[in-house]
Amino acid sequence: MTKPVTLTIDGQSVTVPFGTLIVDAAKKIGIDIPVFCYHPKMEPAGMCRQCLVEIGRPLIDRATGQPVMEDGQPKVQFGPKLETSCTTPVSEGMVVLTRSDKARAAQKEILEFLLTSHPLDCPVCDKGGECPLQNLTLTYGPSESRFLYDEKHHAEKNVPLGDKIFLDRERCIQCGRCVRFQEQVAGDPVLAFYQRGRSTDIITNSEPPFDSIFSGNTTDICPVGALTTRDFRFGARPWEMKAAASICSLCPVGCNLTFNTRREAGAGGKVVIKRAMPRQNEQVNEIWICDRGRFDWHSMESDDRLSRPLVRKDAKLASASWDKAIDLAGDRLAEAKGKTVVLASGRLSNEDLFNLKQLADGLQAEAILYTSMGGGEWTTTHGVSAGTNFADLGPGTTIIVAAADLYQAAPIWYLRVKQASERGAALVTVGASRLEKYAGRMVLPAKGETAKAVAGLAKDRLITEAENLVILYGSNGLDPKESAALASACAGLLSGRQGKPNNGLIGVWPRANEQAAWELGFRPVENLQTVFDKAAVVYIAGADPIGDGTLRPKSKKPFLIVQELFLTGTAQQADVVLPVQACTERDGSYTSGERRVQRFYPAVPVHGQSKADYAVTALIAAKLGIQVEGRSAGLALERAAAVVPAFAGLSYGRLAEVVEQWPIVGRGDMYYGGTTYENSQGLGVHLGSAENKKA
Amino acid sequence: MRVLEPIIGLIKGLWVTLRSMFEKPVTTQYPEEKKPVKPRFRGRHVLKRYENGLEKCIGCALCAAACPADAIFVESSENTDEKRFSPGDRYASTYEINMLRCIYCGFCEDACPTEAIVLGDNYELSFSNRRQAIYPKEMLIEPVPVEGKPTPQKTEPGRFTRSVPEMKDPQD
Repeated sequence: MTKPVTLTIDGQSVTVPFGTLIVDAAKKIGIDIPVFCYHPKMEPAGMCRQCLVEIGRPLIDRATGQPVMEDGQPKVQFGPKLETSCTTPVSEGMVVLTRSDKARAAQKEILEFLLTSHPLDCPVCDKGGECPLQNLTLTYGPSESRFLYDEKHHAEKNVPLGDKIFLDRERCIQCGRCVRFQEQVAGDPVLAFYQRGRSTDIITNSEPPFDSIFSGNTTDICPVGALTTRDFRFGARPWEMKAAASICSLCPVGCNLTFNTRREAGAGGKVVIKRAMPRQNEQVNEIWICDRGRFDWHSMESDDRLSRPLVRKDAKLASASWDKAIDLAGDRLAEAKGKTVVLASGRLSNEDLFNLKQLADGLQAEAILYTSMGGGEWTTTHGVSAGTNFADLGPGTTIIVAAADLYQAAPIWYLRVKQASERGAALVTVGASRLEKYAGRMVLPAKGETAKAVAGLAKDRLITEAENLVILYGSNGLDPKESAALASACAGLLSGRQGKPNNGLIGVWPRANEQAAWELGFRPVENLQTVFDKAAVVYIAGADPIGDGTLRPKSKKPFLIVQELFLTGTAQQADVVLPVQACTERDGSYTSGERRVQRFYPAVPVHGQSKADYAVTALIAAKLGIQVEGRSAGLALERAAAVVPAFAGLSYGRLAEVVEQWPIVGRGDMYYGGTTYENSQGLGVHLGSAENKKA
Repeated sequence: MRVLEPIIGLIKGLWVTLRSMFEKPVTTQYPEEKKPVKPRFRGRHVLKRYENGLEKCIGCALCAAACPADAIFVESSENTDEKRFSPGDRYASTYEINMLRCIYCGFCEDACPTEAIVLGDNYELSFSNRRQAIYPKEMLIEPVPVEGKPTPQKTEPGRFTRSVPEMKDPQD
């Protein structure tokens, strides 16, 4: 390792690793150098010239090679011109002046130049209020322009760059953050510069235009209002919205989100979600989220949500009170006793699943996981654990992606795997994935032979010699049995490595919280129809097996209790339907595929009379005399921590702990990391880590 | 003398009464008769229109941001050439002022980039319940001028390309 470098910035001495850029070194000691094109997650470009500073270096005597001393101090020689602090790495003894008259004047003039062609339509711009150009102009810029207003450069406005993103060519300051993001971070180089000088434009060269699942992130890092989303267009002003921390429930990655909410006249004055923004968690999603996470929350705000319990009366579902519905469900469960089946899915939170399992155990009922993928018994024993972070994977690591199209199924993992491979990790893909261009080895097994192909890698040098081995497996083209076999084969490759940081198995589950279901003891069954037909009472939570054709519509038997958000195909056939809250309306926690438990918080008010899943289960359990914690999600998790070994040591307090993350984003300095939210609500805790057990 | 003192006082008082009977009365016979307000009077808000009938308001919600009493609520939507409310990209699809909250400070006027909201001359605000005190856009916006057309208008494409109309320095 090269020695750390000590330099002086604005009179403050700072020691940073070799190779650090001046702009980052300054940030570390709280000095903000204005930037537009620079972004800590991407290679510096030096395009906007906003970060000009005065740099002095110790004068070296050519004869001796030693610094020239003056009054006992090394003599510092300043260059004749200013330098860009975003492209200049630090060097020993460097003296940087970021706020000298010369630097100040340059920063001010660059802003004046940038504004010569800026339309200044801040009042209608979606970025207005959280715009780096606005902020920096107020802090560093001139109060008046010396340029003629009438000579302003006019260009096309509101160009649909893709079906999700709008481009305003007038507002663009050609910093190239979006172009570089697509090229360097996303690996979808679909944006480019076109023409030059004042006519430089951002164009998309893909068909369909701007075809990338990460496109929404460009609107976050755009330092002006040039890139905005169609979804949020004119939705609200940033300062009018409240922020609520959440976890994305669409895939097993568990990206940290912030929901922005506001009262809306269209919704009758109710508080609604206006947009989803990424929340920084460098160990999960860094500062990015995929477009599904950013735009697909709309599915949760449908009008046909259930708002009251329903009970079947004369072959028809009719509204009933909670007491009546719970009484009926409880009575029938008590009658059925052993002939009960509990069916749950990965939509439910940890607390919901735990309570359901407690109820199922109390009734001696079978707890079935409704899924299309198997192998969870291996992810619970061989899954990645504490200390694992994709960002640490590099040379010496081998990553296997088996039967999973990460780009579709878990886009942020695609991003993280791609980055690890670019840092030097070896990548082996088994079956079709979009990662071929980064793969060191590709295995394309015949149908039904995926597990065999993975097992065949056991003697491979890439696996035997790897210091770290991470395996992501999915169920692309596999039935539950085959994916279970695949998991077992993957676990075979991992034997001896389980429990070590940066080693282990990751399930690319079809639903967000399936890992927790496995950890808590839910298991899929081979033939659900037989189990269903034999049971006297079936209690289904968060699954729609009749609606999606897995089960035949039921005849008379069994008595069906359904806990759902909507009147699904299964709910329509149910005898008791219990309305539950969406994850945006309540608190709870999810376990990601990486076995990280993370908390989500309520963002919007509760819909109708619905209750949280864990509370509904507790009500039914109380009827049956079974002790289940239903007072709050936090207490339910604490109970789980006491009962389930994997969850040992977890509590809501621990899940809410945060540590300082790099790069620093959010806060008052929007220009640095973009409109990503700072994480002050919790980074989550890995399951089953030694650290947990100690606590 | 002691006997006369109260009588003199009485006469003095009645003299004032008698004299004022012949003075010009200061009372205005409101509501039959209304006094004109001063030029910069801050009465009930009016949302202005251009001469062609388009609304000046672009739905930027800066008035709501400036409002110290949080009396203004704005929601905006996008204009199209088929359905155009204002010259720019954006118009206020919901615009409400809670007149009970408003303190008539005029900050909204100051904040408005298009001089769309103006505190007018009307001071006759009375409500029989709180809900009535919330004035929606239909009550706030001024009538369409004689030469103008009502909104939404159908406009020819390419005519309104600026997101904020060009403004001159304020006149008053």
